[in-house]
Amino acid sequence: MSAEPLLEVTDLVKHFPIKRGILVDRVVDQVRAVDGISFSVAPGQTLGLVGESGSGKSTACRAILNLIKPTSGSVRFEGEEIAGLGRRQMRPLRRQMQMIFQDPYASLNPRKRIGQIVGDPLRRQGVASGGELKRRVQELLDRVGLAPEHYNRFPHEFSGGQRQRIGIARALALQPKLVIADEPVSALDVSIQAQIVNLLDDLQDEFGLTYVFVAHDIGVVRHISDRIAVMHDGKIVEEGTADQVCEHPTDAYTKKLLAAVPIADPRESRARREGATSAG
Amino acid sequence: MARFVIRRLAGMIAVLFAVSVIVFVIFNVVPNTNPAQLLAGKNSTPVLVKSIEEEWGFDNSLPEQYLTMMKKIFTGELTSYKPRISVDEQIIERIPATFSLSIGAAIIWLFFGLLLGYLSALRAGGWLDRFLTGFAIAGISIPVFLIAPVLLYFLTYKLEIFPNAQYVPLTENPSEWLSHLILPWVTLAILSIGFYSRVLRSNMLDVMNEDYVRTARAKGLSERRVMSRHVLRNSLVPIVTLFGLDFGATIAGTAIITEYLYSLNGIGLYAIEAVQKFELPPVMGVTIYGAFFVVFVNALVDIAYAYLDPRVRLGESGAS
Amino acid sequence: MSPAPLLSVKGLRVGFSTEGGLLQAVDDVSFEVRPGEVVAIVGESGSGKSVTAQTIMGLTRSKNARIEGTAEFEGMDLIEASDAELRRLRGDRVAMVFQDPMTSFNPVYRLGAQIGEAIRAHRDGVSKSEARARAVELFEAVGIPNAEGRVDDYPHEFSGGMRQRAMIAMALALEPDLLIADEPTTALDVTIQAQILELLRELNRKRNLATILITHDLGVVAEIADRVLVMYAGRVVEQGTLDQIFFDPQHPYTWGLLGSLTRLDKPRPVRLPQISGAPPSLLALPEGCSFRPRCPHEFGPCIDLPPLQARLRDEPGHCDRCWLSPEAKKEKRQVAGQIGLEAPTP
Repeated sequence: MSAEPLLEVTDLVKHFPIKRGILVDRVVDQVRAVDGISFSVAPGQTLGLVGESGSGKSTACRAILNLIKPTSGSVRFEGEEIAGLGRRQMRPLRRQMQMIFQDPYASLNPRKRIGQIVGDPLRRQGVASGGELKRRVQELLDRVGLAPEHYNRFPHEFSGGQRQRIGIARALALQPKLVIADEPVSALDVSIQAQIVNLLDDLQDEFGLTYVFVAHDIGVVRHISDRIAVMHDGKIVEEGTADQVCEHPTDAYTKKLLAAVPIADPRESRARREGATSAG
Repeated sequence: MARFVIRRLAGMIAVLFAVSVIVFVIFNVVPNTNPAQLLAGKNSTPVLVKSIEEEWGFDNSLPEQYLTMMKKIFTGELTSYKPRISVDEQIIERIPATFSLSIGAAIIWLFFGLLLGYLSALRAGGWLDRFLTGFAIAGISIPVFLIAPVLLYFLTYKLEIFPNAQYVPLTENPSEWLSHLILPWVTLAILSIGFYSRVLRSNMLDVMNEDYVRTARAKGLSERRVMSRHVLRNSLVPIVTLFGLDFGATIAGTAIITEYLYSLNGIGLYAIEAVQKFELPPVMGVTIYGAFFVVFVNALVDIAYAYLDPRVRLGESGAS
Repeated sequence: MSPAPLLSVKGLRVGFSTEGGLLQAVDDVSFEVRPGEVVAIVGESGSGKSVTAQTIMGLTRSKNARIEGTAEFEGMDLIEASDAELRRLRGDRVAMVFQDPMTSFNPVYRLGAQIGEAIRAHRDGVSKSEARARAVELFEAVGIPNAEGRVDDYPHEFSGGMRQRAMIAMALALEPDLLIADEPTTALDVTIQAQILELLRELNRKRNLATILITHDLGVVAEIADRVLVMYAGRVVEQGTLDQIFFDPQHPYTWGLLGSLTRLDKPRPVRLPQISGAPPSLLALPEGCSFRPRCPHEFGPCIDLPPLQARLRDEPGHCDRCWLSPEAKKEKRQVAGQIGLEAPTP
């Protein structure tokens, strides 16, 4: 970790107020969705953010990208503070930071053709147009494992795995430095999950991407991440290298989480069960 | 619950205020509506007009005039210009006719709308469904001013099954009340029967695909029970909202055309006369009455909604 | 030695006529379930695993469905049975737990009432208060704390895990002999999943409950199943005991599934082994073996559909649909990435 971090998050807080009142609403309480998290990611590295539903990991993503306004704390991208920047100030930075979503279908406009969906960011940022645009989009499609003739198709003509590839192509169109992937494989079938994980791996090597990879499946997170942060109730309860966290967890919650993951080996799970019953 | 009621009341007052201001302003910016001129008549002198203005307070500033008018409405002192008759009394006198028409029609359209929608959904795709669909679309697309003359022509003048026009108070003669109202009820209800049957049908077809309906079948419930307890019950929730809006609107004014066509002396007819004579006070009175019922019925709907869908009930304390 | 099967499915085929033609969702599926046994049906979306389960319950019957084969349960063929006969069975002798506990309860009724409804549908003369008391017992049995206080809650007042417990409580209401669990833990967090699996295991042991578990997750299978069917594109490609499937898998698709799992107890591989391509459309199945277009080991005979049969001399119950010889399989498996190489401990 010698290089300057690409992304540095310090004491990031996002609280959602609960409002109640008879005629005028007053804030009576806060939902502490993200409650002071700090981490940093070096260029070309992957940070895995693991947690169960309600742990605040998705909210954290959105707050980091300034899609929702953080309550407090700092988010530095290449040393520059971006928390609380306005929409216009964020615009040049948006090229550098992209997001991949869980449900590839819901995040693709069903009335647009694939060429438009993937080319949109390029056109809007004024990077390319006309024949140059089409060439670049087809290059991207090829790079994520789709065929150039898919250019004129609509999202519903694709399977879940292919849709996720389209989402990835769109995210990469502007050659971002940072990609935040929010549960990118959890809606996919097992055999397709591995394809997408490998694709993300390859793209990282090729383009020197930096990932924040958010998922509830700790096995997948461990595979793709250099470092892992475990979130629970809006806080990071443990952070370390992927193998460290998975093999020698120190936090009680991390241990519980790891122990709950089923082991796809009948012998191991039998042994673990017997261990548990004899210990308990 | 208390909080809910207080909020609704506050909302109601705000709506009444806004609606009344809008009506007041409209009447004062529309040309040719100087009420003093109207009262003075065609051959008036400027002096007469001036004195009428002073007597009625038309020379005061608009906000002052507005406040006086609102005060009079709620104290029952508001009168129309010519003749000087109490607006509140007029409205109250006409309420039975309008309510008889609206409530009766609402019962008919709710009953038949739901019945036809239910049958349609049970037999979705079959011949009964197709027939009912055609019926519903016809009902939705035929305008009231066409239905009424046709019904009147055939059933009243030709076959003489139903009597013509007029409202007979229920307290005076119940059977006359009924026979005089049947045609207006049908006229007013036909559109909604078609509309409600379509809405219920599509709601039910959606609900039939819900996981909990599959669960109900997996429990071994009879098909009838699955349909009534699970599919129909859950499909009714959105209907309640729709009904609230429609019923409120019917009482408040949708019934106007029907009242006019059948010469039922209700609030709608009163409003039409007032507008034709540029009489602001009755129009204002009817507006307040209408807005009140729209808001009131919708408040009732919200309460019914909370009863029908327990998830709404928790909305107040739920954090997520 | 082994008890008589409770459910015996033979040659089950389910087709749906669609605008695009006949969609053969399930093609020639046969298996047996014995009391106290957990049979897992594994597959991806479109493999036919859920349709198989729902057909056994009679939930796929419709004008557009063509159902063939038999499913014998306590001497009655569930495929031939009348709607009324099936209805008497459903929820009583055979119960079902669904994937998403959020949407599988009716949101407008109290949980206790929904359980009571199931009881009263099958037992005449049970009063509402008796049914409610039974619901409280069931809540306690599945580990819902403060059962008495929570039985009158609405579904949305329960967390996901508690709701799935309530779902299981409802399934157990009439002490069924067979439980069909369709992805019962897929919508849950892992810590909750572990609890639900533990509960299912306990029910198996204590009540001798036979279970059909539908899942896509081999991790869950390893935790709980006795026997496994692997389905692909509507057909069973391999079936056998848990250890046979995990330690001596015979079909390349099974190898692919096992290989693409991430394992926390093993050093991570540089690349995740993957199956290339995507499952075929059921309306346009490839000729012969349906896995052929994605299979790295395809060879001449694959253009004909291999029958599902035992190909290992000493494992009569272990069947697969692959033309490769057991020796060739062993060899290719070794190259393919060390799948199933560890022999089961004696």
